[in-house]
Amino acid sequence: MSRFEFSLHLFSSVCFLLLLSIQTTNAKSSEDIRCKCICPPYKDVLGQIYNQNVSLKDCNCLHVVEPMPVEGKDVEAYCLRCECKYEERSSGTIKVTIIIYLSILGLLLLYMVYLTLLEPVLKRRLFGHSQLIQSDDDVGDQQPFANAHDVLSRSRSRSNMLNKVEHAQQRWKRQVQEQRKSVFDRHVVLS
Amino acid sequence: MTPTEEMNGSGNLMDFLDEPIPDVGTYEDFHTIDWLREKSRDTDRHRKIASKSKESIWEFIKSLLDAWSGWVVMLLIGLLSGTLAGVIDLAVDWMTDLKEGVCLSAFWYSHEQCCWTSNETTFDDRDKCPQWQKWSELMTGHTLGAGAYLLNYFLYVSWALLFSFLAVSLVRVFAPYACGSGIPEIKTILSGFIIRGYLGKWTLLIKTVTLVLAVSSLFSKYSKNEGKRREVLSAAAAAGVSVAFGAPIGGVLFSLEEVSYYFPLKTLWRSFFAALVAAFTLRSINPFGNSRLVLFYVEYHTPWYMAELVPFILLGVFGGLWGTLFIRANIAWCRRRKTTRLGRYPVLEVMAVTGITAILAFPNPYTRRSTSELISELFNDCGALESSQLCDYVNDPNMTRPVDDIPDRPAGPGVYSALWQLALALIFKIVITIFTFGMKIPSGLFIPSMAVGAIAGRIVGIAVEQMAYHHHDWIIFKNWCRPGADCVTPGLYAMVGAAACLGGVTRMTVSLVVIMFELTGGLEYIVPLMAAAVTSKWVADAFGKEGIYEAHIQLNGYPFLDVKDEFTHRTLATDVMRPRRGEPPLAVLTQEGTTVEDVEALIKDTDYNGFPVVVSRESERLIGFVQRRDLILAIKNARQKQDGVVSNSVVYFTEDAPQLPASNPQPLKLRRILNLSPFTVTDHTPMETVVDIFRKLGLRQCLVTRSGRLLGIITKKDVLRHMAQMMNQDPESIMFN
Repeated sequence: MSRFEFSLHLFSSVCFLLLLSIQTTNAKSSEDIRCKCICPPYKDVLGQIYNQNVSLKDCNCLHVVEPMPVEGKDVEAYCLRCECKYEERSSGTIKVTIIIYLSILGLLLLYMVYLTLLEPVLKRRLFGHSQLIQSDDDVGDQQPFANAHDVLSRSRSRSNMLNKVEHAQQRWKRQVQEQRKSVFDRHVVLS
Repeated sequence: MTPTEEMNGSGNLMDFLDEPIPDVGTYEDFHTIDWLREKSRDTDRHRKIASKSKESIWEFIKSLLDAWSGWVVMLLIGLLSGTLAGVIDLAVDWMTDLKEGVCLSAFWYSHEQCCWTSNETTFDDRDKCPQWQKWSELMTGHTLGAGAYLLNYFLYVSWALLFSFLAVSLVRVFAPYACGSGIPEIKTILSGFIIRGYLGKWTLLIKTVTLVLAVSSLFSKYSKNEGKRREVLSAAAAAGVSVAFGAPIGGVLFSLEEVSYYFPLKTLWRSFFAALVAAFTLRSINPFGNSRLVLFYVEYHTPWYMAELVPFILLGVFGGLWGTLFIRANIAWCRRRKTTRLGRYPVLEVMAVTGITAILAFPNPYTRRSTSELISELFNDCGALESSQLCDYVNDPNMTRPVDDIPDRPAGPGVYSALWQLALALIFKIVITIFTFGMKIPSGLFIPSMAVGAIAGRIVGIAVEQMAYHHHDWIIFKNWCRPGADCVTPGLYAMVGAAACLGGVTRMTVSLVVIMFELTGGLEYIVPLMAAAVTSKWVADAFGKEGIYEAHIQLNGYPFLDVKDEFTHRTLATDVMRPRRGEPPLAVLTQEGTTVEDVEALIKDTDYNGFPVVVSRESERLIGFVQRRDLILAIKNARQKQDGVVSNSVVYFTEDAPQLPASNPQPLKLRRILNLSPFTVTDHTPMETVVDIFRKLGLRQCLVTRSGRLLGIITKKDVLRHMAQMMNQDPESIMFN
């Protein structure tokens, strides 16, 4: 499979398995099911809502509405107007999803802060001014939609792992910069 | 011999130099794909795999895997879409409620989830519970009073601003292509245009993350799209709509009608499968309980009457008019954003629009809450159990009927005040959506247009209902509306209004109706929905032929040849081809006789995407066509890899090397990059046919010959410019190749 399909595979399987595992490992806690009966006003009884943790077969007016506000023969008439719904939810899923989302958001924000604020400062301190100028230079091509490909092919000599990561990051930054120029500055794409 | 056989390397001993050149056959960013070539390469690949599969078990397994790989990709896309949809649903719910308050027992619960286990029993307190507190309550301990109101107001606006600031910064720093709804770009990509990086993982991640932020800061949900190949992308679009709206069949039809350029049966099957898997995944994740896949489920089944078609058609007209107004205003605003200084400050623009929207939205309870909730409430009929102001009808306390059969009642004061607020909300939404669609954060169009339509529909519905109640004796009502009977369902009018407005903006027809009845579960109401959709399309088409997505495509100058346009002018191919009279002659290569140096000079001096190859400059008989990018790569490769190729080497495209004296340097054979079957038309071919050919085959360029001699070339850009010129639009607005 191509690289795209592989990463798609990986990402989606991870997500799906994670969420599925939450479903199976969390026993259905009694908190997560309920039967909700809504009863409108009747004669001089006010409208009420009743919640109870009962299962589906017990989800009707007679089991849930306690204490019954009317007597004897009115019970049937009262119950006829009540609407009972069985609901269940998965609190574990909600918790995990929100926490995962917030952590991804937090990571992205930290990365953003690092990229925009800290990295130039660090670079300047470590490598001096000259390197900064060189990496900011628009490498030659003034053509609007240049491939970062050609630029990349020049510096293939490094083999160090850290340099590779650095490399990939530089290439990605250049691509984003191109995209940013097309979208925000020149308004060429995406109005 | 066809180029495909050449690529297989069938030939003589001299072909030992013909190893494949790297990167040949790929495309430059922002260029158009040549579909014929892609199709032949794909068929080639299939044939090679099929022939090899007979050799060994391993090859057989590989061929099976290849056949199944398409379905596996669909499966993965469905899984991914469903999962992402579940995540987005949950996160949006939570963040929207975060603007108003927080759940103390578990901060990750939204309002509804927080109060799930509460024991509040009276009607008045149904929305309150001790675990959920508004911000004012949390900070100062008060819930009522001017101070608390102002504090809530202030915090609401601040949260909205914070979310939108985060969204636009993330988009700006990580993935600028994540802006907007993306549907115009997807349509263009599907028609064969390359936008590198648009469908990348960063774009997906940022779109997902910021979509949540953007929705919770007031804007609306739309479908997600991701995929690489054309068919995969169509299927992904179907899966996206399927999970965004809980409408799998509608998703497939949406992909067919709106998004895809080329939709054969195979893509239909695949999209269907992907939508199915996505819906199944979302259902199994089940984020909300209730197994709630349907977004705006309506539970009533009251019939509608023929006389009600009149207000339905009126709603259709309203939808069409609103669609036209919206498209014109939005395009004008986007154009201004593109061309003037206003576009230089995207972050500021997003913050300003959010601020204004939040400030104006808070006082009106109908705009304060999320748009989906608003639509839900408008679609629902008023049983005895509804607590909203919209259902404040005067009830007869001695009524003994069961719940579902509430007869017509006069409106109480709550309904009148709700009507006023709804009217204000309508004006607000109409104005604000014009400015928000197209901003530099992910945003969509479905939910806002449905909201506008739902508000208008509900207002009309209540008006008709009250008219029926107070004037039972009028002729129109006499037949079907007896006193004491339930005749008018305002919720249905809201549904019809929503469909009309959505149809007016996007010009969808079949897919719109299917999405609407899948959204609501109201199968009885297909005919009113169809009536409204048809009316709104007619009215809107009377004013302008394009939907919002086509209009945005045109605004951005993408080279999108719409299959829906008709070309009825009587121009010929000679009128459109290049070179025109007075232009420099066509840049061609000869079959043999050009040197490497000449070719490089030609490439450097011109920026054409390809060059025709002729027999010789005198006879000008056409041999084939060679792409610029392939030439560059081949020459570069030859200079590096092959010895003896220097600037004076002769380039030849024939099978056998030309007879040259021995003192000449080694000639360079470039036959394998030559396309021997370029598409040609004669100079008297009517442009109608040429446009048809371009559309149906997905061509990128087409050569014009007369009596076998090459006259000129027509590219897709020329065709688009010509069509624009014929329709009196600016031909220079087509920017890409």
